[in-house]
Amino acid sequence: MSKTSAPAPQGTLTGGTRTVSDYTWSRLREGELGHLPTLLGLVAIWVYFQSRQPTFLSARNLSNLVLQIGVTGTLAVGIVLVLLMSEIDLSVGSVSILCSAVVGNVVVNQGWAWYWGIVLMLVVGAAIGAFQGFWFAAVGVPSFVVTLAGLLGWQGVQQWVLGTTGTINVFDPHIGAIATTTLPAAWGWALAGGGSVVYAVTRIQEQLRRRRAGLPAKPLAVVGARTVLVAALALLVVAVLNGDLDGFWVLGKAVFLNKGVPTPGVILLGLVLFFAWLTTRTEFGRYVYAIGGNPEAARRAGVNVTAIRIAAFSLCALLASIAGLIQTSRLAAASQAIDPGQVTLEAIAAAVIGGTSLFGGRGNIWSALLGALVIGSVSNGLDLDGQQPYVKLIVEGAILLLFLTIDALARRWRAAAGRS
Amino acid sequence: MQALTNVDFEVYAGEVVALVGDNGAGKSTLIKCISGAHLPDTGTISLEGEEVKIRVPSDATRLGIETVYQDLALCDNLHVVANMFLGREGATPPLVGPMPELAMEKRSLEVLETLHVTTISSVRQRVASLSGGQRQSVAISRAVMWSAKVVVLDEPTAALGVAQTEQVLALIRRLRERGLGIVVITHNLHEVFEIADRIIVLRLGRRVATFTHEGTTPEDVVAAITGARQEAAP
Repeated sequence: MSKTSAPAPQGTLTGGTRTVSDYTWSRLREGELGHLPTLLGLVAIWVYFQSRQPTFLSARNLSNLVLQIGVTGTLAVGIVLVLLMSEIDLSVGSVSILCSAVVGNVVVNQGWAWYWGIVLMLVVGAAIGAFQGFWFAAVGVPSFVVTLAGLLGWQGVQQWVLGTTGTINVFDPHIGAIATTTLPAAWGWALAGGGSVVYAVTRIQEQLRRRRAGLPAKPLAVVGARTVLVAALALLVVAVLNGDLDGFWVLGKAVFLNKGVPTPGVILLGLVLFFAWLTTRTEFGRYVYAIGGNPEAARRAGVNVTAIRIAAFSLCALLASIAGLIQTSRLAAASQAIDPGQVTLEAIAAAVIGGTSLFGGRGNIWSALLGALVIGSVSNGLDLDGQQPYVKLIVEGAILLLFLTIDALARRWRAAAGRS
Repeated sequence: MQALTNVDFEVYAGEVVALVGDNGAGKSTLIKCISGAHLPDTGTISLEGEEVKIRVPSDATRLGIETVYQDLALCDNLHVVANMFLGREGATPPLVGPMPELAMEKRSLEVLETLHVTTISSVRQRVASLSGGQRQSVAISRAVMWSAKVVVLDEPTAALGVAQTEQVLALIRRLRERGLGIVVITHNLHEVFEIADRIIVLRLGRRVATFTHEGTTPEDVVAAITGARQEAAP
């Protein structure tokens, strides 16, 4: 049959290029909301707090915010990884404080070099994750239970490692540098500019290659618009954090010494980029999604489900150990005063608020960053507003419920559109 | 519990064999033995005249025996290409290297086109958004795209409407034309007579009858299934 010029691209296999509005609206109509609700929510939160406290969007406060989300964001990346497999890791908070204690103990009490301390910490984190993954994937204890045991158990081990004082002060300058240094202004610009160029080139190249191969490609206008948006956002963030815009929308002179992108922000962004690549471009990532969608199908397709599960739990705990390092650096101490339960639950909330489904197979790594930004912004804004801790907890709970409600409604919407 | 007793059965290239029998007759157990999902206590399997060992599903697929289960074993959250290549993406290095996405997508389109599966508008849509017939077609296409010699189909049309059933049966005929050996498990006798060259009847874990398409009536087959008439097992 010959193709008609009428609007019937739906019936053909190789179908031509879709128009911009076709592409965008068909996805929205089908309930593929993506990160849209989270982004809108974030904007609303920022507008609200800026209207209450004019310093909220100041360079200094945003720099603080970036610093504050380092721990939650890093933990949330690992949480997204296990959520995608339709599993949960409740132990990340305890693993992170244990790793913090390990690095404190060996560097301060045993006199190890800081880098060996970090290496040991990473190994301990990965090993704990592999251990828990083994109990779940090979022995068959549900991940909820294994990691709940971990949440309790590793906190106990942490207190044991810390010793009787319950705190180890870590004044090592190298470890301290993680939370106290920022990227030099020029590097920040180079990172944003270079990153944008790389993003633009790879995206456009990919679409051109698809075209050359005769495969349906996204309209170049969509790709171009996204590229411009990403570049503008990256440059704006760097401009703000470098202090170039301070005083522009804030009246009066804020004292802003720590100019530049905070190192934890760079670490978090690096982790997000790497894991986003790992989950979308490699077989490992595809198997993670496949296991979340239908583990039996993955097994029958020849995927070593047990190994993938253990590896993912190991990566999750490895990320928890990195979060523990950032925490140690921020506090200049490893302490038993941190509540690992709250740390864990905030990381899970971040992943879910960011748009990763609790039911597996849906979502992506970027939700860790977005969700951490939402939670961090609320917490930061309420602090700035002088609110009591109890208000923070209530508001965080309400926001979690709100975002999950949107997710549930979108799911129903998708089901109605035939995309359960 | 013993599900099968001294069952032997055979399928030739370019032939559709229907495996029929009442619930609990042992049909599913039998195909699980062939596909590696179930390890029989005793017995041998030969492929092209040579005895082969099938212990796990990957053994079967390596030998060119592909099974499409009733539940299709598709990941609803992945798109069509991802499902067709699941477990065989061919990334270099394996597992942590980038997948050859363009080649995968092209090949998927080619395979679907050769098999005349033309109702799928985009191979990058999630499988969840496909109709039952389309899902079945994807599952079958995936099975045969890896130079399969034998394809086992478990109730391929059980959940489908009339038009979609016709799509799938046409697809099965095309596979036969391409010289594959096809084993179909089905409850639907009408369908059996529409596509099968031979009909093998299982009853209570034994092979009780074999019919060829010609000269057989549905009543003969029903009688064998229910045990109303005992024939000498071949």
